[in-house]
Amino acid sequence: MPINRDYIGRSFPPTDPYEVSRVKIGEFADAIGDPNPVYHDRAAAQASGHPDVVAPPTFPIVFTMGDTGSALTSPDLGINFAMVVHGEQRFVYERPLYAGDTVVCESTITDIRSAGRNELLTVETEVKTVDGEHICTAYNSLVERAGAT
Amino acid sequence: MTAQVKYDEVEEGAALPAQTYKVDRVDLVKYAGASGDFNPIHWRESFAKSVGLPDVIAHGMFTMAQAGRYVTDWLGDPGVIVDFGVRFSGMVVVPDDVGNELEIRGVVEKKLGDNLIVLALTTRVQGEKVLTRAKATVRLA
Repeated sequence: MPINRDYIGRSFPPTDPYEVSRVKIGEFADAIGDPNPVYHDRAAAQASGHPDVVAPPTFPIVFTMGDTGSALTSPDLGINFAMVVHGEQRFVYERPLYAGDTVVCESTITDIRSAGRNELLTVETEVKTVDGEHICTAYNSLVERAGAT
Repeated sequence: MTAQVKYDEVEEGAALPAQTYKVDRVDLVKYAGASGDFNPIHWRESFAKSVGLPDVIAHGMFTMAQAGRYVTDWLGDPGVIVDFGVRFSGMVVVPDDVGNELEIRGVVEKKLGDNLIVLALTTRVQGEKVLTRAKATVRLA
């Protein structure tokens, strides 16, 4: 079943604030197998000119993916999640994300279209601190396999 | 917050050293926990096969994270990435007994102004590309 095109341009309310912690950054870095000290050790991060432990470049997926998921669960949108795979992902960074940042996400469905037998849906998520400082923008394209048939 | 690589010392077309990164089932379990993505196609073989996959497959974001690590290992400082994007073009199948291996290569595709360069990355598993259009724009020293 095609995804409902009426949702193109639809924005979702800001998420609850997410606190970026040193422990979570360390856990994420361990999970991707990356021992870079700026992810694990505050003093090492500060020696490299950062205010605190740095989050790896793909860390924002921890809070943007969940946000995207919950924004897309409306039955009216018509996505069959059993058939969804990740198509593309991009992050454009204003500055690195640090332990101690508290961020909110605002997502907008920017595109829904068919590509062959599949349906593609793109969500753009602005990640800002609770004080309004822009940190990064995430672009997430999902593919619903055989959705166009 | 400074890259260890100097803009003036980098040439367009220059290849970065290739790296390989191992991926085993335990890595996917850890990644599921750390990322919050518990889709069972990434850890339960019977489920993966029931939806037509050959076996458990890695999270696309795990593979992207390895490509990110490749870039940040070269740069020295992860804080100098300004843009990082990939297209997921192939599955990374992770068999129970032997796991798999990602082979990542990078080329300096373009030198922009303001100390920025674009790296084009290729990520292969068993010779097949699993990421395409993988690019990172980074600010060098």
